[in-house]
Amino acid sequence: MQFMLLFSRQGKLRLQKWYVPLSDKEKKKITRELVQTVLARKPKMCSFLEWRDLKVVYKRYASLYFCCAIEEQDNELITLEIIHRYVELLDKYFGSVCELDIIFNFEKAYFILDEFLLGGEAQETSKKNVLKAIEQADLLQEPRHEYFNVPVY
Amino acid sequence: MSPSIPLQEMIRAIRSARTQCEERGVIQRECAAIRAQFRQVDNGGARSHNLAKLLYVHMLGYPAHFGQMECVRMIASPRYSEKRVGYLGAMMLLDEKQDASLLITNSIKNDLAHSNQYVQSLALCTLACMGSAEMCRDLAPEIDRLLRASNSYIKKKAALCAVHIVRKVHDLGELFAPAARSLLAEKNHGVLHGAVVLITQLCERNPEALERFRKTVPDLVQIMKGLVISGYSPEHDVAGISDPFLQVRILRLLRILGRHNETASDAMNDLLAQVATNTDSTKTVGNAVLYETVLTVLDIKSESGLRVLAVNILGRFLLNNDRNIRYIAMTSLQRIVGTDHNAVQRHRGTIVDCLKDQDASVKRRALELSLALVSASNIRTMMKELLLFLSSCPPELRAQAASGIFHAAERYAPSQRWHIDTILHVLTTAGGDVRDETVPNLIQLITNTSELHCYTVHKLYRALLTDISQPSLVQVACWCIGEYGDLLLKGECQETEPSQVTEDDALDALETVLQSHMSSPATRGFALTATMKLSTRITENVDRIRSIVSIYGSCMDVELQQRAVEYNALFRKYDHMRAAVLERMPVIEKNSSGHTNGETAGDAVKEIQPAAVKQTGPLLPQQPANQVCDLLDLLGGSEEPLQPSTALGLPNSTSTAGGDLLDLLGGLELTPLAPAPTVPVYEKDGVSLTLICEKTSDSGMTVTLTASNSTDSDISVFTLQAAVPKSVQLHMKAPSGDFLPARGAAKVTQMVALNNPNKVNLKMRIRISYNTSQGSAYQDTVQIDSFPGL
Repeated sequence: MQFMLLFSRQGKLRLQKWYVPLSDKEKKKITRELVQTVLARKPKMCSFLEWRDLKVVYKRYASLYFCCAIEEQDNELITLEIIHRYVELLDKYFGSVCELDIIFNFEKAYFILDEFLLGGEAQETSKKNVLKAIEQADLLQEPRHEYFNVPVY
Repeated sequence: MSPSIPLQEMIRAIRSARTQCEERGVIQRECAAIRAQFRQVDNGGARSHNLAKLLYVHMLGYPAHFGQMECVRMIASPRYSEKRVGYLGAMMLLDEKQDASLLITNSIKNDLAHSNQYVQSLALCTLACMGSAEMCRDLAPEIDRLLRASNSYIKKKAALCAVHIVRKVHDLGELFAPAARSLLAEKNHGVLHGAVVLITQLCERNPEALERFRKTVPDLVQIMKGLVISGYSPEHDVAGISDPFLQVRILRLLRILGRHNETASDAMNDLLAQVATNTDSTKTVGNAVLYETVLTVLDIKSESGLRVLAVNILGRFLLNNDRNIRYIAMTSLQRIVGTDHNAVQRHRGTIVDCLKDQDASVKRRALELSLALVSASNIRTMMKELLLFLSSCPPELRAQAASGIFHAAERYAPSQRWHIDTILHVLTTAGGDVRDETVPNLIQLITNTSELHCYTVHKLYRALLTDISQPSLVQVACWCIGEYGDLLLKGECQETEPSQVTEDDALDALETVLQSHMSSPATRGFALTATMKLSTRITENVDRIRSIVSIYGSCMDVELQQRAVEYNALFRKYDHMRAAVLERMPVIEKNSSGHTNGETAGDAVKEIQPAAVKQTGPLLPQQPANQVCDLLDLLGGSEEPLQPSTALGLPNSTSTAGGDLLDLLGGLELTPLAPAPTVPVYEKDGVSLTLICEKTSDSGMTVTLTASNSTDSDISVFTLQAAVPKSVQLHMKAPSGDFLPARGAAKVTQMVALNNPNKVNLKMRIRISYNTSQGSAYQDTVQIDSFPGL
């Protein structure tokens, strides 16, 4: 996988994970163009499109678009499964996940993604193991002693 | 300094901003606070907090580079929460192009050896995401160590990290090969998956590694079998398929290992057949595995039975309700349409139906596949479908469809008329999207089918009447009306209904094109030339043509003006030549290299243009660029006006093949039309000398002397000397030889160039000298007083 983008129906970016080195300017340009292209697609259309020299796989879950750019040799159908697996993980972690969860806890979304994919490839194929690892890592987080007495995020 | 608000408060504040401006204000305030916080040495647990806020702001698109150093500091912190956010920040803000990225190499190195696996995991993840080539080189030995001796949790991450390293630094593949091999023996799926991905990467990069890893095929087959046959494993099950992610990766690796290799392919045959038949295809996940299986079967050296099975699976995919599956099927079929053409042909019907699908991606795939499936046997039906598609296809596919149709029509046209009809149909529906070569190609095709000229010109005329917006169509129509106007006016035509077209109608049509704002200058050029050509094919309205042409003599467009001026001159001064110049074109030969005839003609036209405009020299009718270049060359090359007698001679000759016309015109440059008479000037003792005169210019001529020997003995050292009156200049060219064999077996020729500027009465004295076979020398003189042909 080259990159994964999550964005809302209005085109606001909620998560971006890049597995290839690109400058900030290039990333912004790609994001803008790809978001426009995907948002222009009609509901019943194919989940795959050719964009520049990449294959793009996208799927809409409620108000969020999950969009992955894969290489020529990658299997599009299994990429759809990867997207689905990630949504399932988020759902399990947040308990019936919605877009707001991902907005307010974006760093958690990243942590979960980083336990599922590494360097653009799936690292753990068992849902249970991914969730267990996140749980354990969360326990390591030191509680915050600071001025507003809000709970650990 | 006001304390900063917690992350979630900030997010809420940003979201509630009603305008872009307000949002910017909140963010600027926060960023200032964050910057201030960064400058403090230690402010408790709020550090990670601040960086997280900065990362959120960065995701919204605001600059965050001042956070880079903070990331570096956080990564070095002993607290896990800070490390976690620090590494996240590094992955988001630092990429290998930033200098700061090198600063974290040491931290990563330390963390890779950390006692806590979750810290190790952070380091591995970051390295695999944004590690530069240098960092990879530095840390590769660490990764190798982790690949061998650690727990499964770390091993699986180390494997994928190694994949990234190999992508960045190809040579390091060698380092990881042994460890990768041994990882295949692990039971943990995560580790297995990582190992398979790593081995795939190594094999793709290095053919030697590929050879070595072929030995793993039996192991892979074993693992795969375990996944397919074994019972339900809740941990890895997805809709009844056991660990589809791993299955797909193994299948992909098997594909690479089995390619071009009989033994490896044999070893996996059974397994592939089993997967293909047993996998449940009701859900996407099952289809994903089947898809990968099909790709593998088609790529390796599989048995024919297995191949048929694979193509049938693709056929089933084509009928699937899910659009994604149909799309995938067509992509795969496209790959094999070259090799397994017949198998794919069986599904032609379904593929053609997909042309009508709503989705543009599916349409595109269907179009490509349909064009690949066109063959001599199905050309008529396929073309009907393709033309139907063309009339309703999305604009981005039109050009591809049009050129594909032309290509197919050219290869498989069952008849000339069908071919012309098809091209005309395309021009009327998608004329704006066809390539430029279409016009000359079509014209060439039309001239070649002489029996259909009448039909074609009638059809084009009608098309022109209905719509003059498509440039290619209009250009071809104008050309045909000009060229075959006589057939158009004749009225009757075998192939199509007769319609009465008067001369005025035809001229009206052309004038409409000339005056329309939709016509490009090139199109107007076509129309003007066509109008001019009609002047020789119609009888009554020549004056109308003259007036049209003279109007354009003051046209703003230079090209048109030039043409009009030349045509005007053709009317005025060279009316006698008009018929000849505007005669029917000969059959155009297709230039096999693919360049249009227009390219070469263009050059010739450009050279002659400056000469032709003002001089009294012969005019150059500006034919459209695709005309036969020779015609233009020859007319332009000669400088003097052609004799009236020669022009009259031409119409007779054009009734024969086109080639003669060109030859005769070529001959005009050098000799009078009738071949010059050969005059005998000397005949004595078996030696004869004949003379041919050719006028080369106003005062110059060439005299060719031919000698032959009709005696029974050879003559050698045969030489000629010539003398002329004083004012005439003489230049004798080298003779062809000096040996005259017996009985006229061969002749000797010698050319003499003469220049007679004072136009005196030309006389020439020639001395002949030679040796007989007996060795005696002989000499004689002859005087020539009259030169015929002068």
